[in-house]
Amino acid sequence: MNIASLLNALPGACAQGLIWGIMAIGVYITYKILDLADLTVDGTMCTGGAVCIIMMLNGHSVGFSLFCAFLAGMAAGLVTGLFHTAMGIPAILAGILTQLGLYSVNLRIMGNKANQAISVDKYDLLVSLRYVKDVAFYQNTIFVVALIIVVLIALLYWFFGTELGCSIRATGSNQNMSRAQGINTDFAKILGLMLSNGIVAFSSGLYAQYQGFSDVNMGRGAIVIGLAAVIIGEVVFGKIFNNFALKLLSVAIGAIIYYLVLQFVLWLGLNSNDLKLLSALVVAVFLAIPYLKGKYFSKRVKPAKKGGASRA
Amino acid sequence: MLDIQNISKTFHPGTVNEKTALNGLSLHLEEGDFVTVIGGNGAGKSTMLNAVAGVWPVDEGQITIDGIPVTRLAEHKRAKYVGRVFQDPMTGTAATMQIEENLALAARRGSFRTLKQGITHKERENYKERLKVLNLGLEDRLTTKVGLLSGGQRQALTLLMATLKRPKILLLDEHTAALDPKTAAKVLEATDRIVERDHLTTIMITHNMKDAIVHGNRLVMMHEGRIIYDVAGEEKKRLTVADLLQKFEEVSGGELANDRMILS
Repeated sequence: MNIASLLNALPGACAQGLIWGIMAIGVYITYKILDLADLTVDGTMCTGGAVCIIMMLNGHSVGFSLFCAFLAGMAAGLVTGLFHTAMGIPAILAGILTQLGLYSVNLRIMGNKANQAISVDKYDLLVSLRYVKDVAFYQNTIFVVALIIVVLIALLYWFFGTELGCSIRATGSNQNMSRAQGINTDFAKILGLMLSNGIVAFSSGLYAQYQGFSDVNMGRGAIVIGLAAVIIGEVVFGKIFNNFALKLLSVAIGAIIYYLVLQFVLWLGLNSNDLKLLSALVVAVFLAIPYLKGKYFSKRVKPAKKGGASRA
Repeated sequence: MLDIQNISKTFHPGTVNEKTALNGLSLHLEEGDFVTVIGGNGAGKSTMLNAVAGVWPVDEGQITIDGIPVTRLAEHKRAKYVGRVFQDPMTGTAATMQIEENLALAARRGSFRTLKQGITHKERENYKERLKVLNLGLEDRLTTKVGLLSGGQRQALTLLMATLKRPKILLLDEHTAALDPKTAAKVLEATDRIVERDHLTTIMITHNMKDAIVHGNRLVMMHEGRIIYDVAGEEKKRLTVADLLQKFEEVSGGELANDRMILS
């Protein structure tokens, strides 16, 4: 265990964390704003990469390929949304169905192969493992992805302030009220799911470029990593970040923290095969904290909080 | 203004839980009518309001609002014509959003939601003025999250939201039942003021017979999914709680036995 090898790995962990931060922002839209647990993302986290790599291998530009990855993710979100709203399937099950179906779709996209590699030497990639150190700062993956996150947060901040964006927030907050105020809650849910999965697929496109290949299993457990980032961001910054843009930022930082911690436990000697078990446990513990807090530490009367206003 | 013709609704048909909540109910409201609705538990009062609001489709019958047939119209589309305040103070507002954001959502009821700003500067001034009418000091707390408000404040805000864009019909479903007497009186007073100011056609369900007599220009009594007594004008003004109890026994052959109604 030498400290130099850890330090050496940190920029990579940081870049990876940022890319997953984009993904986590997508998860935030469904999990926090729409109040739906959307498991589609395990599938879309591969779809975006597959579309992006195949498009680039076929000679399309990186920008256009990423845009198509975004659209592919939106299509996946649309399917989950229709399963849920038009067909009345519970959201969690709708997501699982789409995710399972996407496994086959992803294989098809990649020409019935389990993975597709892209060479950083031959193609003009936006981000890569190789661009983390010893390149000009504007080429550095950390800088590029951080810039993308800033732009993304600005766009989302604007969108959720519009009439349409507000209707999605209202749907997540109170569906009865939303319908009473003339909001088509089914449409709002579909739109939110599409936006979320589009962002996840975009992040997947970046991630495939970063690691140099897309793989049919690259999305496995993505929802857990996304939730981990959302929860870590909330735990660390929840008290100080009240603004919506800052909340999104805290999600992205949450993802970076997640990857830094991951790198640290690997450095401590954890078998990388055990990582997913560790992730699942960590997320389970963090999800349980609010519940356990309410159950065992609520003896004192607390002031009325979200949804629990006192009758006055 | 509102025409309900012969509507029926049965929940869980064909099961042991089958319940006919509305049984060929008809009701006609003129523009500006303020109707109070009373009746025992399970009489179909809330079901009638939900049928008008379009929470689910009715099994039979027709509903027309201001000449517009709405029987087959989805709930969110019908919302264009209907303002609603619910019994539960949690139902009418979005707790995680600010007071002004809730109002802005209500101001756009019935119009297409676009990518324009969700709330404009000009609106805020208007909301301040409107909130002053409630007399609750909410005009200085525009950016407070609604979840931090008390039940009474939330009901008052819901009332304001329901009437912000003038509805053709205002539906009040025991909107003061969950409040303490003092707050309930305040919300009722605001209701009267707004209904009168905007000449709103209103249906108000209440379990308080005194309120049912004092408020509005017409009173209907429901029993087993039908209207069994309908009184308006001078005759209504002369009613007493004892009259209503007696009337109910006469028509239904049973007692309007319900501690909640007798005590209040």
